[in-house]
Formats: sequence, structure tokens, C-alpha cells
Amino acid sequence: MRKYIVKRLLWSILILFFVSFLIYLLMRSLPSSYVETVARERAAANPQVSYKQWLERLNELYGLNVNPLQGFFIWLSQALRGHFGDSWYYGVPVTQKFGSVIWYSFALGAAALIFQVALAIPLGIQSARKQYSTLDYATTVFALIGISLPGFFFITILKMVFAVNLGWFDLNGIVGRMHDTYSPFRQFLDICQHMVLPTLNLVIIGTGSLLRYTRTNMLEVLNSDYIRTARAEGLSERRVINHHAFRNTLIPLVTIIGGTLPGLFSGALITETLFKIPGIGYTSYEAMLAGDIPFTMFYLTFMAILTLLGTLISDVLYAVVDPRVRVS
Amino acid sequence: MARKSQKSANYLSARTIRRTAKENRRITRQFEQKLNRKHVAPSEYATTMKDPANVLEVEDLKTYFFTDAGTVKAVDGVSFTVPRGKTIGLVGESGCGKSVTSLSIMQLLQRPQGQIVSGAIRLTQDQGQAVDITQMPISAMEKIRGKDISMIFQEPMTSLNPVFKIGSQLDEVIGLHNPDMSREAVKERTIEMLELVSIANSRAVYDMYPHQLSGGMRQRVMIAIALACSPKVIIADEPTTALDVTIQAQILDILRRLKDQINSSIVLITHDLGVIAEMADEVVVMYAGRIVEKGTVEEIFKHPSHPYTLGLMASKPVVSRHVERLYSIPGNVPNPIEMPDYCYFRDRCDRAFAPCFGEYPPMISLSPTHKVACYCYQQSADTKE
Ligand SMILES: Nc1ncnc2c1ncn2[C@@H]1O[C@H](COP(=O)(O)OP(=O)(O)OP(=O)(O)O)[C@@H](O)[C@H]1O
Ligand code: SF4
Ligand SMILES: [Mg+2]
Repeated sequence: MRKYIVKRLLWSILILFFVSFLIYLLMRSLPSSYVETVARERAAANPQVSYKQWLERLNELYGLNVNPLQGFFIWLSQALRGHFGDSWYYGVPVTQKFGSVIWYSFALGAAALIFQVALAIPLGIQSARKQYSTLDYATTVFALIGISLPGFFFITILKMVFAVNLGWFDLNGIVGRMHDTYSPFRQFLDICQHMVLPTLNLVIIGTGSLLRYTRTNMLEVLNSDYIRTARAEGLSERRVINHHAFRNTLIPLVTIIGGTLPGLFSGALITETLFKIPGIGYTSYEAMLAGDIPFTMFYLTFMAILTLLGTLISDVLYAVVDPRVRVS
Repeated sequence: MARKSQKSANYLSARTIRRTAKENRRITRQFEQKLNRKHVAPSEYATTMKDPANVLEVEDLKTYFFTDAGTVKAVDGVSFTVPRGKTIGLVGESGCGKSVTSLSIMQLLQRPQGQIVSGAIRLTQDQGQAVDITQMPISAMEKIRGKDISMIFQEPMTSLNPVFKIGSQLDEVIGLHNPDMSREAVKERTIEMLELVSIANSRAVYDMYPHQLSGGMRQRVMIAIALACSPKVIIADEPTTALDVTIQAQILDILRRLKDQINSSIVLITHDLGVIAEMADEVVVMYAGRIVEKGTVEEIFKHPSHPYTLGLMASKPVVSRHVERLYSIPGNVPNPIEMPDYCYFRDRCDRAFAPCFGEYPPMISLSPTHKVACYCYQQSADTKE
């Protein structure tokens, strides 16, 4: 097992190298770069120095006067030492900005995941047990709507109903207008309240696939020979479902959910952006629009690491929960 | 018009399927409601055995599957009895309803589509009492499964739960049916059961997972589970089909030895006439959901009477006993959804004559124990009387 994990880690490093290289190349070849934008602005504001001159100065300042290959290795050697530089757009060290926004994303992701799991697993199991019942059809429709319609569609509807019509929540933002006047506890509640709609949206779009997955798995398990054996032994239906079947359904579920755990740090770009939640998704969206290479490099490499970590976690978890994999 | 009827013969329109599905739901819902009832008075399914020497009596059992394509009469009027301490062999070709018969006895049919439609399955209880399984709700059935009647399945590789250790799976059954036993006593009993089914390193196997055992070993564990509570009836549905020949003999040996030790009866389902000859006291031959011939082993093997049994005998392999499909009687079983109203075997029978074009033949007694459903024997039975 250890050997396997070490091997996987080495592969991951290789993959990371190429992924970050590709991202860097892409960032360098974007049609409108950060320095071009700034140079144009400055040239417009101050006609004495031409756009060309500004561009040259800025390129030198931001280290863009080398070719992309050199630039990448400079970035890499710095990054390996933990120096990700200052964000061009935000003007503070990348890691500092990251540290100040990531917890919003984490809280949002964690809340959504908890609700997703709490909804998807019991409903999935019930609809498998009562296949073709009203409950089964209802959850199927609900799940398919959630899976197929895009997130921003629900966001619009949620805002329309709960923010505009009912007025229960603010349209967007993480804090209300009166936030600064509140006591610390009220401030916390205020943030929670602003998280409700984004969480709800993530639950709507994320529950469906987990629910369908649970259902399919449970159906397969319920039709298996060992469940028939368990019934033949005289076990009560409840014990058959909750012990024998559930333990088997859990194998793929745990691996899937375990694999999504690193994703809690990756942020929900669309949801955060549309609700103006200053999480990592929204922050990096703005940085990317501005052509902020250090921040984008950091965020996208971080995402790549999370993805690789996710698959590694689900493989390891698979071995933990399934005795058939554990031994061999 | 002609085209239309021709089309409908082998093509089901979406509308027909929907109509059938709706009708099926209506029918199966009633059966399901009856099965899912809670707190049913035991008097509702209490009965008495026709013959106290029997432990199990199956009478005119009809088990249908209500599918979208139509109703499959998988078992259509099957009657047989299992005397105490005896082994009944159930033979017949693939799809003739052997498994459905045994699953009906266990109430393990694939629900909701599979339902016992009518008939009686009487299982003896203590003090001369008996229960009718067809009338029992699931909650009551759970109490007798594994304790009074248990089942060994065909697929040892997949019949044990892969995520639990062998020991805990056996402990669970023993503990379930003996709630007064302490944990240690349960474990001792488990080890003892593993030894009884000739598993040498029983303590090591106790802590193993199913995938660490071979098919033969797993089938031994299955036998241990089935016999753990000394049931009155053991149903073995092709217990050796999936195993190789040398293991087959060992498994059958264990089964026979333990059956005598705990004095239970076996319903042995198999394709293999050799196994039947070796193990069974009585034989029931099934064809397309009905019994075509039954009798003692001597009667069936010395005087096979139904043309189908004769065909089975003729195609019995000599060299190897390991076969999946025994016979090569020409022709096919009729479509299970629209069974004709004449002898089901007629289209494949080389002895068919005028009466066979009438309705399905009745059971004709050749001796007090030997019965056959074939018009060939009508005269001899008539003249004897
Ligand atoms: N779940 C089901 N749904 C619909 N029809 C079924 C179902 N299970 C069994 N049947 C029908 O019942 C018939 C009898 O099946 P059964 O499994 O009892 O055969 P068998 O005699 O045990 O055959 P084998 O020797 O292959 O095990 C089959 O022809 C099949 O059409
Ligand atoms: S009743 Fe007729 S068709 Fe049927 S088995 Fe006997 S002889 Fe053959
Ligand atoms: Mg079968």
C-alpha cells in the first residue's frame, strides 16, 4: 500500500509539472495581458510617456521581458521555495490574499456538502427500496432537474423568490449594510444568513448526482445474492437494509465523497461570483479577468493539486472500506 | 386485419405494455399489502399437516410473475410432499421453475412482480401444528427463515456478504435465532459449525473474508449457515453446479452426513440425474412449471414413464457428471406467457397421439407413489381399476 501511494505521489508530481507549465503558457498567451491594460491606462492618463515605453517599463517590472519558457522556470524555482509573489491585481502577497478568502469558500463548500450527503444518501436508499414508487419518481425528477439545469438559472430564481419577492435575504454580498454596527455574534449570524442562498444553490445542483448514484448502487446491492442470503437467514428487513446492504453501498459512496473533500478548498466560481461571496472562486475569477499571472498560477496549480489529492484519497479510502482491496 | 394480428403476435405496442403494467400494479399491490401487514394473528396462517409424517407439503402451488410483457406462470399447480428425514430431488431443464418453487417456499421471490397466486405450502411446527407459508406476512416469515427452513444457493462465490468476516456472518444467524446464547457461546457454536462442514482451520477461517476462500470453502460456509439452527427443511438449489467435480462429491457428502445428524429433510434441486440417484429418496420431475412425473428413486430410474423423463434419462451423460445442460431433446419449451391448453410437451414428444390434442393430461397413478401426467398411461390405469 505504501509503495502504491509513493508511486502515485511521484506520478502526481510529474503531472503537476506539466499542468503548471501549460497554465503558464496559456496565461502568457492571453490576448490582453495585465501589463498591456495598465500601460494603456497610464499612457492615456499621462501623454508624455508613450504606451510603448510604459509597456517596456512594466514588462521589466513584472518580469515579463523573458520568453515564456524562462518565465516558467523562474516562477517554478520561486514557487518551490514557497514564494508565489505578489498579486498584481490585489497588490498583496498571493498567499496572504488566499488565506484571507479561502475560509469563505471552505465554509460554503462544507455546508453544502453536509446537506448534500444528508439528503442524497437517505433519499437514494429509500428510492432504491421503493423502486418506481411516487417517492422514487419525485426524487428522480428533482435530481435530474438539479443535474441538468445550470447553476446560474437557480441562482436567478432563488434571488427572485427569496431576495426580491420575499425579501428574506440580500441579493448578494457576504455581509449586510449594518454589519459593522453589530456585535461579533450578530456579525457571525449576518454572514451565515448571507450564506443561505449560495448554499441552497450548491445543494440543488450537487445533490442530484449523488442521489442517483446512491440509488443505482443500492439497487445493485439489493439485487445481489448476498442480500438474498441475508433474507434467507431470517434477518429482519430493516437489518438487511441498514446493515448488510448499507455497508456495501457505502464502499463507492465513501470513495466518491472522500474524493470530493479537497474540492472544499477549490471554491464555487459561478455561485461565489453571482452572489459576490469573496471566496477563492470569486477572487480568482477577478484575478483571471485582470490577467493577474501570479495569483492565477497559484490558484490553478492549487486546484490541480486538489484534484490529484482527491483521486488519491478516494483510492486509499477504497482500500480502507473494501476488504477485498485491503488484502491484495 | 391479417397484418395487424400477425404484428401483434410478436410485437407489443407501448400502449399494450402500459396497460399491462398498470393492471400488474393493481394486482401486485393487493398481494403486497397482504405480505406487508404487521401484527397478524398466528391463527390466520395456522393449519395442520395432511400427513404428520411430512415436514413440508406443497399443494397446487401457483407462482406467477407479473411482467410488462405479460404474466409468466413460472410455477403452475405444483404439489409434492417432503417426509421427515428424506431427500426429495427436483429435476427439470433450465427455466422449468425449480428455483421459483424453492424461492416460493422461502418467500424470497423477486417482488413485487413475483407472487404466490394460490395454493398452500404447509410447514410443520412443534406439537402437531403447522403453518401455511402462502398466508404468512413477511414479518412472520422472517421468524421461520433460517430456523425452520433454510436454503443453500447455487452461487457460493456471490452468496456471502463480501464486507463481513465469515465468523460474524455465522454468528449473526446463530445469535438471531438463539437470543439467549452468550457471545462466547455463539462463537463456539460457529467454530463448531465450521468444523462440522469439514473446514480444518476453523479458527483462522472465522476471521477471514469471503474473498479469501475458494468456491468450495464458501459453499461449506453456506451450508454451515443454512444448518446452524438445525432447520427442519433444507432447500439446496443446485448446491454443486458451480463447483468442480471433486469438490462436488465432498459437498454432497457433507450435506448428507449433516442431514442425518440433525434429522432434517432436503429438497435437492439439480440438473444432474447422477446426483439425484445418489442422494434422493424421491424424485419430482418438472417441465414448464408443472410436475410431469414423480415417484421413488427406484421407480423413476427403473421405470421412467413420462416421455420427458425418458428423454432426460437418455441424455444423461456417462463419463463426466459435470454438465450444465443435460439433454438434447429436440424442440423448445412453449412460450411461458401464453401456455397452450394441451400437454406442454406435445410439440417435442415422439409418442404424441390423438388424446394429446385434448386438454392437459391429468396425473395418473402407476403405483401409490408413482404418478405421471401423460395420456399414454390412461388405459393401463383405467384397466387396473
Ligand atoms: N424475476 C423474474 N421475472 C420474470 N420471470 C421470471 C423471474 N424469475 C423467473 N422467471 C421465470 O420463471 C421461469 C422459471 O425460472 P426458474 O429460475 O425457476 O428456473 P429453474 O428451473 O430454476 O432453471 P435453472 O435450472 O436455470 O436454474 C423462467 O422461465 C422465467 O421465465
Ligand atoms: S400426453 Fe401425449 S404429448 Fe404429452 S407427453 Fe404424453 S404422449 Fe407426449
Ligand atoms: Mg434455478
